[in-house]
This record gives sequence, structure tokens and C-alpha cells, in this order.
Amino acid sequence: MTPDIGQVLFCGSFGLVIIGIFGIVLTNHLVRIVLSIALLETGANLLLVMSGYRPGAAAPILVDGTVPASMVDPVPQALVLTAIVIGVAVQAFMMVLVLRVHTAYGTLDIREIRTLLERDITHAAGVPLPVSPDEPLAQPHTVLHRGAQ
Amino acid sequence: MRRYLALLLLMLMALLLLAVAMQFGFGAAPMRVGSAINSAAPGQVGAANIVTSVVLAYRGIDTLGELAILFTAATAAGLLLGQRPATTQPDPEAGFILRHAADLLFPLLLVVGLFIIVHGHLTPGGGFQGGVILAAAFFLPLLARPASRFRHGVFGVVEALAGAAFIGIGLLALTDGGPFLQPMLGKGVLGHLVSAGTLPLLYAAVGLKVGTELAGLMAGIAAYEARDP
Repeated sequence: MTPDIGQVLFCGSFGLVIIGIFGIVLTNHLVRIVLSIALLETGANLLLVMSGYRPGAAAPILVDGTVPASMVDPVPQALVLTAIVIGVAVQAFMMVLVLRVHTAYGTLDIREIRTLLERDITHAAGVPLPVSPDEPLAQPHTVLHRGAQ
Repeated sequence: MRRYLALLLLMLMALLLLAVAMQFGFGAAPMRVGSAINSAAPGQVGAANIVTSVVLAYRGIDTLGELAILFTAATAAGLLLGQRPATTQPDPEAGFILRHAADLLFPLLLVVGLFIIVHGHLTPGGGFQGGVILAAAFFLPLLARPASRFRHGVFGVVEALAGAAFIGIGLLALTDGGPFLQPMLGKGVLGHLVSAGTLPLLYAAVGLKVGTELAGLMAGIAAYEARDP
């Protein structure tokens, strides 16, 4: 059985979505998570554009005023144009947030950021750090950080 | 252990998604709006690029919303980045190749970006695509000479005027008796540079807004990195 081109393209775009989700769940580096979200967006956009495909159709642009026999659906293309621009804006905003986190805590590892955030939040709320009674008495994490009061 | 569990669950999800993907019909999506727009748009809007007619004529308010999201993201980023203190030293100047390549590419990128914006209703491209090229053109000199000052004030004024022009053209349609953002000024000859009514003007506003906004955002991030110890 040979797969047809549609199945290959669907696998490709779903694959990009899955790689993006893998990256979000399995990596601990903030910049890599942002990049994974970008990959996920690309996969979703590809899927949207593909939904407008018609067999043997031309791009929805009239050349020399002649209307082709059949043209692909222009609505998903316009939607994806919107989605890409919004995606870029949101990614830029995410990168700015990552920059701020780096200046505040000096690290981009989400596990270290989590412990530092927990410490700061409990300190601000005036409650002791929650400690699990089952936690083994390990060495406390020594985390390089600066600038956090 | 948790990581392996997550991996296993994701594999399962991937399998399910692929199984669903195999069920889809390719090229036979049940959508009728597209073919209706394809046959009606050249006569109704007069733009050779039908995607442009969808973006600016049929879904013009969505595009305004998109510009609002872009503006909000850029404003939020600017707020988070804050002002750059005057005392910090900028990065040293880039090497010979980058400096001269930036000088050579700046006019070229400017021309390409403006061409893509102006021909947005005729050829693939438009305000968003051309605007991003404009942003790259204005960011490149800053990359080559970090000491040179980025004129945030001028860019802010251009951005505000472009955004106001988009809304103003939309409001002008109200005085003409049509709904908000209805194309005006006649359709012209299909495929000519001056055609499709107000669509080229709207795309010019979009291009200037996107270009100045992204350039300002990138300049802000670059200045922040220069300050970061």
C-alpha cells in the first residue's frame, strides 16, 4: 500500500504539532519551550492551509484578469496570514518575558525557577515553605541567582 | 519516571492524532464560502489577489482586531522592558562585513518591502509581509552599529498615524453610507496598480504599522540585552 500525498502531508503537519507538544512537556529550558510553541503553531497553520486544498486548483490570484477553472479556498489562507502575525507578536512577548525571568533569577531552567518562585511567594505571603513530611533530608538546592529580593 | 510516563502518554496521543488524520479526506473539505468568494470577489472588490479581498474587505474587522493584538503585545513588551538607562555602554560596533552588508541591504530591503506592500492587492504579499521586511530593514543598521540611536519617537508617531489611518478609512466608509471598513473609491480596472478602491491604502497603513511596531520591539529587546549585565 502506498500512502497518498494527503496522508503524507497530514502526517507532516500533525507531526509538527506533536513535536511541539513533546518539546513543551519534556524540556526544562524556557527558550526551548518558546521554540516548541512556535513549532506547534507551524503545524497548526499547515493543517489550516491544507484544508483549503482542491485537486488541480490554482492559487487564488488572478493573473492578467483571467479566472482559472478552479482556485483553492482563500479563507484558510487569510486566516493563517492572521495567525502567523499574531504568533510572531506573541512569541516576541514570550521572549521578553523570558528575558525578564533571566534578569530576575539568572536561570532559564524551569525547575530552578519553580523553587525560587515558591520561595519568593511564600516569603511575600509570610508563610513557611511547604515541606512534605516524606521528603528525604537532602542537601538544599544551591542555585545561582541574583537580583531577587 | 515522570518523564517516561509523559513520553508514553504523548506517544499515545500522537498515535490517536495520526489515526484521526488518516480518516480525513484530502482536498475535499466541506467548505462552500471559499468557492463563493472566489467567484464573487473579483466583481465585488476588484482586487486580483483574492486573499487580500478576504483579509481587508470581507474580514476587515478581523484584521483590525489582529492589529490591536499586535499593538497590545508590542505595548506589553515595551512596558516589561522599560526604559534604557543612559549610563550603560552599548555593544561595540560589528565587523566590516556586517556593517557594509547592512549599508548595502538597507535600501534594497526598503524597496522590496514597499514594493510588496504597494502590490498587495495584485500579487502574493501585502501589508503584513512587506511590513516585516521593512522592520528587518530598519533593524539591520542597529545590528551593525549598536551605538547608533534608534528613534523610538519617530517610529511611535508613524505607528500611531498608520493605526489611526486604518480606522479613519474604515470610518470614512460610514459617511459614505456603507458599513465600517467597506471598500470605497470604485473598483478600477482589475489587475492595475490603482484598483480595488481603498484596499491599497489600508494595506499601506497595515504595512507601516507592522514595520514600525516590529522594528521598535526588536530595538527594545536589543537595548535590553545591551543593559543586561
